[in-house]
Amino acid sequence: MTSPLDQKLRIDGPVAITANRLTDGAVIHRARQGGWTTDLAAALVVTTSEEAIALLKEAAGQGTLVVGDYAAPVEIAVDGKILPGNLRERIRCAGPTFELPRVPVGV
Amino acid sequence: MYVYDEFDRTLLNERVAEFRDQIKRRLSGELTEEEFRPLRLMNGTYLQLHAYMLRISIPYGTISSKQMRMLAYVARRYDRGYGHFTTRQNIQFHWIKLEELPDAMADLASVGLHGMQTSGNCVRNISTDQWAGVARDEIEDPRLYAEILRQHLTIHPEFSFLPRKFKIGVTGAMPDRAAVRMHDLGLWLKRSETGEIGFEVAVGGGLGRTPYLAQTIKPFLPRRDLLGYVEAILRVYNQYGRRDNVWKARIKILVHALGAEKFAQEVEAEFQSAKEYSPVLDDTLIAEIAGRFAYPDYDKLADNPAELQAGFRDERFRAWYFNAVSPHRVPGYAIVTISLKPEGMTPGDCTADKMELLADLADRYCFGELRNGHEQNLCLPSVRQRDLHELWLKLDAAELALANVNLITDIIACPGLDYCSLANARAIPVAMEITRRFANLELQRNIGRLHINISGCINACGHHHIGHIGILGVEKNDQEFYQITLGGKADENARLGTLIGPAVPYDKVADIVEDIVAAYIELRARPDEIFVDTVKRVGIQPFKDRVYAVH
Repeated sequence: MTSPLDQKLRIDGPVAITANRLTDGAVIHRARQGGWTTDLAAALVVTTSEEAIALLKEAAGQGTLVVGDYAAPVEIAVDGKILPGNLRERIRCAGPTFELPRVPVGV
Repeated sequence: MYVYDEFDRTLLNERVAEFRDQIKRRLSGELTEEEFRPLRLMNGTYLQLHAYMLRISIPYGTISSKQMRMLAYVARRYDRGYGHFTTRQNIQFHWIKLEELPDAMADLASVGLHGMQTSGNCVRNISTDQWAGVARDEIEDPRLYAEILRQHLTIHPEFSFLPRKFKIGVTGAMPDRAAVRMHDLGLWLKRSETGEIGFEVAVGGGLGRTPYLAQTIKPFLPRRDLLGYVEAILRVYNQYGRRDNVWKARIKILVHALGAEKFAQEVEAEFQSAKEYSPVLDDTLIAEIAGRFAYPDYDKLADNPAELQAGFRDERFRAWYFNAVSPHRVPGYAIVTISLKPEGMTPGDCTADKMELLADLADRYCFGELRNGHEQNLCLPSVRQRDLHELWLKLDAAELALANVNLITDIIACPGLDYCSLANARAIPVAMEITRRFANLELQRNIGRLHINISGCINACGHHHIGHIGILGVEKNDQEFYQITLGGKADENARLGTLIGPAVPYDKVADIVEDIVAAYIELRARPDEIFVDTVKRVGIQPFKDRVYAVH
């Protein structure tokens, strides 16, 4: 069976390499400056499957940092801002789409 | 409450130590994610969209005040100050950190709580009627048998790697409040003509991608054969269940493929061939387990005490009483349902401060005991009727005295795309919007009993197939759409809802629910003909006409 990393990856637009942080599950993205960031604005955006596969191969070697890495669609706004490419990614970046239960101050 | 002994405590502590070591090895890189994933799942730990989620079982929905306080502590110390009660008598914490998980597990284990078998291809938490042991319509307390099965099937080597997960529901009462027909294995306590206690046994129920109701394969199983017969069912499933296709691996697919009659023959043959070696549930063993249940020491009281009558002068109390309070088997006591469905909030969520308050109220008014049921509500099972008004004042002050039990805003909803990595669409915001549209309690009462169940994907954790109105989120071209079904129900006359037509977009769902309800008000034969009975009588066409003519 072909390894997932050797399989073809179809990319239809800009993507960021995203994952969850191993220690706490937080959403992280491969950063332009190297390493990983929780800020999508600092993410490295690629547009070809070759670039994405190369980054996923790197991530596969960082199993003590990241888990569940994949190429997620992003949109580039007119002002150059990087935005999540679909609802699922918006929720991953910003959390649930409603106010979480109110917890009393000081708790 | 079942009183755990040293054996149980040792088992849990050993499990915590084992999982602590596994997490340590994962964090150090000694274990890969591929190696670690099945280990964390065996301890109820999932990786969701933006955090780890820990699922803790509440066996047969019974929870002590001490355990509830610990859940509150864990919610505050390790999570974001709240927990989410699920549709299978579990609680989930949605923001747990892997590195803190061993300590959280150790704290939970100190009060007998754990995440074992809340995930993975094993026998899951055994669920039952949240009124078990206190209901008037009960043959016997089903928790006794749920506990016996729990002990027998926890870390059972033969049944820890089944083709797929296996859910057992057991009830001792009619009507069925435990949605037993929706389980892989459903057990109803029955009494034979000679007075012998046994079970009607049904298999192959389940929702998800291929919904089926469980079919009866044994009308009466003497209780002494319970363990041997359940083992035979699991052994037949282990042998013939499909492992090549995850979507066809549940026992319901096997039962459907073989036919219930043939499946029953296979089970009977297995049961007879292994009978010599099968565990027998004799009266001594039953008495031993029963003896470890500590039951409340009820006072001798009369129904309808003066304090209760005086409370009725308060109209809001009266409204709550007639909605949320139910008869108890012991005179002078009552069962109180605490709705976790406030307007505009997540169904089933409970904050740490509310958990602590409920623990305090359970200590003061209910022998230190609480329950939770598959409708994602809580319950104080044994409250003196004379204390009801006093209790209500305290619940009301904490916004916990909601009078919407079994009404249209008492919605069941899974976490959906707001949390879950399997989901295609959101479920919670849909529920929130519907509760806002129907916030008026008079309107809710006029509509009467109506269950809305919402799932964010075909896995059906929100039990949409058995909602009077079922709502299923699907994804089309990156957009959320929702299929609507009508006429499903979860009780002893369970049936699956019927799809009314093409899926509708997210922002139309609440409008459509309003249209469906308006049609029902016009169509019902009498004010007391409940929604699901009207659907059964007139069919879905009038509702379909209304929904698709307007939108």
